[in-house]
Amino acid sequence: MSTVLEERPAAADAIQKFTATMMIRRFDPDTDTEPRWQEFSVEMLPTDRVLDALHQIKWEQDGSLTFRRSCAHGVCGSDAMRINGRNRLACKTLMKDLDISKPVYVEAIKGLPLEKDLVVDMEPFFASYREVQPFLQSSSKPDKERLQSAEQRARFDDTTKCILCAACTSSCPVFWTDGQYFGPAAIVNAHRFIFDSRDEASEVRLDILNDKEGVWRCRTTFNCTEACPRGIQVTQAIAEVKAAVLRGHA
Amino acid sequence: MAEQTGVLTGSPAPKIPAPRPGRVQGTLYRGREGMWSWVLHRITGVSIYFFLLVHILDTALVRVSPAAYNAVIGTYKTPIMGLGETALVAAIGFHALNGLRIILIDFWGNGTKHQKLMFWIVIALWIILLIGFVPRQLMNVFSE
Repeated sequence: MSTVLEERPAAADAIQKFTATMMIRRFDPDTDTEPRWQEFSVEMLPTDRVLDALHQIKWEQDGSLTFRRSCAHGVCGSDAMRINGRNRLACKTLMKDLDISKPVYVEAIKGLPLEKDLVVDMEPFFASYREVQPFLQSSSKPDKERLQSAEQRARFDDTTKCILCAACTSSCPVFWTDGQYFGPAAIVNAHRFIFDSRDEASEVRLDILNDKEGVWRCRTTFNCTEACPRGIQVTQAIAEVKAAVLRGHA
Repeated sequence: MAEQTGVLTGSPAPKIPAPRPGRVQGTLYRGREGMWSWVLHRITGVSIYFFLLVHILDTALVRVSPAAYNAVIGTYKTPIMGLGETALVAAIGFHALNGLRIILIDFWGNGTKHQKLMFWIVIALWIILLIGFVPRQLMNVFSE
């Protein structure tokens, strides 16, 4: 790639670079008692993502900057963070879509224990995920395929897209103040099996979610729907689970 | 990426400003219509609750003595309380209309899909309600 660029300097010059100011909310548990904001300047291309800015800071300016990322292409769900006050995946947010005339604020997602810089402890999030039994439960022996019509598959298609990045759960005002709430992501993944025609434990999951800290904690603020990097209609899914709890079946 | 990482050789150490003292608060979460309607719903709900608390107390006074009741109600006839009444009607109006929106979100199949539109309808109806009420109320408050 680099040789191609060196052979065609004119084309490389044509792409306008710009300087962006990144305000990163740092926290080092060894030295800090409170998080603090730190300012960085980065040279960016319009097609660069916030993740590229974080890489540039970590690789060229301050190696102690700590954040999670794995695939860097919006599939693994590692780099959910609050960018300009909204939960986004750093690897799916282009710099050109942000207002570069002002600093870009990046901080860890809210509501989960802060470990360092942009890294939070995801365990409470995964604990509620495990509690909704997010796996297929069927009494029939798997000696042949479990058939399903296209309509039956479409019923829960939206909620199969979840990558467990926690952008939804940590955007929920109820979850910020009430850590016991299952949170949108757990309900989305319960929805994925509750409405699966092959699964036989819908009632069990509906019973788990028919709890003081279950679906009824949802206050329909739609922050989760707006935050989801996969475009899942999260509040819609929660509303469907609410209706199923009232009906008593999926 | 090559043109970005290649600049390192021989370039001066990057200047990193010291962390800013003081500002440690995180940013306010920037929700959209859904979140702000919920925030308004909470604020108006709690305000109405405190109004009802006082309202039940002062109305209960009539059982103690009608004279005491009249005396307390008489103290309400000030411009400040008149403005308070205006705020009260505004709060109840929003809470009622947005409450209908929340019921539709929960019980109408397409409710979640149209929640933003329904929020702006709530705001429009609310403003119409206030246009009908506020000028009249303020004329009453300040003419007496």
